[in-house]
Amino acid sequence: MIALNKISKSYDGGATHVVRDLSLTIGRGELIVLLGESGCGKTTTLKMINRLVDHTSGTIEVAGNDVRDRDPVELRRGIGYVFQGVGLFPHRTVGENVGVVPRLLQWPSEKIAARVDELLTLVKLEPGTYRDRSPAQLSGGQRQRVGVARALAARPDIVLMDEPFGALDPITRDELQTEYKRIHKELDLTTVLVTHDIMEALVMATRIAVMQDGAIAQLGTPHELLTNPTTDYVAELMKKPRQQASVIEALLEGGV
Amino acid sequence: MSTNFREILADLPANLANHVKLCVIALVVGVLVSVPLGIYVNRVRWLRYPVLTVASVIQTVPGLALLALMVPLLVYTGGLGLGLSAFGFYPAVIALTLYSFLPILRNTVTGIEGVDPDMVEAARGVGMSQRQVLMEVLLPLSAPTIIAGIRTATVWVVGAATLATPVGQKCLGNYIFAGLQTKNWVMVSFGVVASAGLAIILDTAIGGLERAWSERRRKLAWISGGVLTTIVILGLIAPRIANWMQDEPPVVATGKVKPGEAKGVTSVRIGTKTFTEQYILAQVIAKSLRAAGVSTSVKDSLGSTVIFDALSRGTIDVYVDYSGTIWANYMKRRDTPAPWQVMAETTGWLAKQHGIRNLGNLGFENAYVLAMKRTKADKLGVKSIRDLAKHASSLKVGGDYEFFSRPEWRALRSAYGLRFSEKTSYDSTLMYEAVKEGNADVIAAFSSDGRIAAYDLALLDDPFNAIPPYDAILLVSKRVANDARVVRVLQKLVGQIKLGVMQRANLMVDRDSDKKTASQAADWLLQQFNR
Repeated sequence: MIALNKISKSYDGGATHVVRDLSLTIGRGELIVLLGESGCGKTTTLKMINRLVDHTSGTIEVAGNDVRDRDPVELRRGIGYVFQGVGLFPHRTVGENVGVVPRLLQWPSEKIAARVDELLTLVKLEPGTYRDRSPAQLSGGQRQRVGVARALAARPDIVLMDEPFGALDPITRDELQTEYKRIHKELDLTTVLVTHDIMEALVMATRIAVMQDGAIAQLGTPHELLTNPTTDYVAELMKKPRQQASVIEALLEGGV
Repeated sequence: MSTNFREILADLPANLANHVKLCVIALVVGVLVSVPLGIYVNRVRWLRYPVLTVASVIQTVPGLALLALMVPLLVYTGGLGLGLSAFGFYPAVIALTLYSFLPILRNTVTGIEGVDPDMVEAARGVGMSQRQVLMEVLLPLSAPTIIAGIRTATVWVVGAATLATPVGQKCLGNYIFAGLQTKNWVMVSFGVVASAGLAIILDTAIGGLERAWSERRRKLAWISGGVLTTIVILGLIAPRIANWMQDEPPVVATGKVKPGEAKGVTSVRIGTKTFTEQYILAQVIAKSLRAAGVSTSVKDSLGSTVIFDALSRGTIDVYVDYSGTIWANYMKRRDTPAPWQVMAETTGWLAKQHGIRNLGNLGFENAYVLAMKRTKADKLGVKSIRDLAKHASSLKVGGDYEFFSRPEWRALRSAYGLRFSEKTSYDSTLMYEAVKEGNADVIAAFSSDGRIAAYDLALLDDPFNAIPPYDAILLVSKRVANDARVVRVLQKLVGQIKLGVMQRANLMVDRDSDKKTASQAADWLLQQFNR
């Protein structure tokens, strides 16, 4: 579905690279997580897929076509995008935010209205209640539900998510993660999700690409990474959840 | 007072409508230029500093100077190559448009810069083109800041538009300029209140529209939008109607144009400078013409160089000037021959150089004369400027705004070796108060001013003839000069107004109690003709 072939990105004419010689093939229906610390190049990699950032060398194919041959605006309209800061337009209602891409694609207005209601229902926001609210009147979790609905509006096959649940409280985050997995399966989507949250990666991914210094340190299923880390960095990383779990266990045993 | 007020109100439709027209056009053009420029500057970053600096520099030019500078600019560029008239509407509207740039431009730039970059990325990410990002995200989100800039510009422009009077554009400033010159404080206050009121209404309506839009309040939108639309329509349509109404129709229906006779001038535009005598004489001319069946309109309070250029270009048809002013300021002559010779040479020069016809002396002279309080003059034993020179170093001299930069002042100083201890420029109205109250010991008075007698001022002789004669002469444009009928009417005024009569008419308007309007003084003056 998406094929990254030896892609690099440099902002200074090749002196330093944010991403270097990265290759990754993503199959249909996968939910790939790009996991890494800030500055490792994971968000840049994500943005190169829909040309929010143009890559310096290598090739990127989406659904069999080189992205360089496609008009970036057109390309982006066909790919859902969920933003780190949610990125809802504050001067538009919830309904208008969800319907923005169909409107750009010049769907007839009845069709947009029907689609908006359908999507709000999908993300469990009652359309009659929420359609005409302004984003400022929603909670953080509700806002990100709208963000997801907006990304799905034009029936894309591919969804890109940039730390979508980072700013949410743990309970809401958990709820949305579970729900997004359901939607992903239900709509047969291909998703690329960027996060620095190891638990999120383990819970959601079909495969995880651990990134370090602009390259993939290890690619594998959550099970493979936990059981068979190939580098010290990955091994260190995969210890974290278990360390946390043992702290909690200790606390429970201590009865505090 | 009530007549006074009725006269003020009679001018309101024309003054207000023209004021609105100026402001609306200046602001609309200002927005159409500044907002796109602000957007462009935001994209081409290096332009930001130079563009904003130029706008700031324009803003620091005092309003009156900026308006006045547009006249020579238009004259020398042939109306910006478009043949725009250098008087009246165009210089005023161009200056006001320039004046509106900075607040709108600056707020557009800061407004767009202030939009959260994540918002722009989100807009691009969902697939908006650069244009759509601008129209759907950047502009709506920076609209409150941009509109705040437009509101600031509105208040500035409405205020600055009162300064359009001296360049020959009718506006609410006519009240302020004419009122200041004739010490009519009611008129000044009326002009100030009217322009402030207009500024507040426009500002509130724009603010209301913005709030209605951001808070989605339909009723407020209708009200504010309605007020704004009404004002805009008034500004664009009303000036024609109001000017036409003010363009006073003839009192008597005229005889028909005889067959074979060229179609004559049907409407005459009269200009005035910025002092009482000019307002009265304009009314005398207007009333005489209307009585003869010619309609008239008056352009009040033109700057003294503006009015001469306006006549030579045919923007106005007739006004009263003074031979010495033409002689010294336009012909640049430094000698002072006999009055008849000045008159003859001036007439020839006007006709040859400018196609202006001098119909003759109205019958009095309005010269610059040095005057002091009689008690003071007697005490010092001063009768002539030669006597004055001995005491000058301990005396303070006052003059109107232009006097000290006029050639007459240089001529006086070099002829008599005058060295005063202090020299001060006054508004010509206030200059007489200054000498009366002792703030100035000597003033460069106008010989036809009624206050010379009223305040018991002594006029000092000029034995060396340093100051040229200032016969009041009636000047007409080529267009009117070719109309024998109008010329005949105007010629009847020549030689009719004696100095004493003019002084009394001026005093009627300038004095503090029992004030008359210029029009009433003109009626009185015309009655003196028949005796």
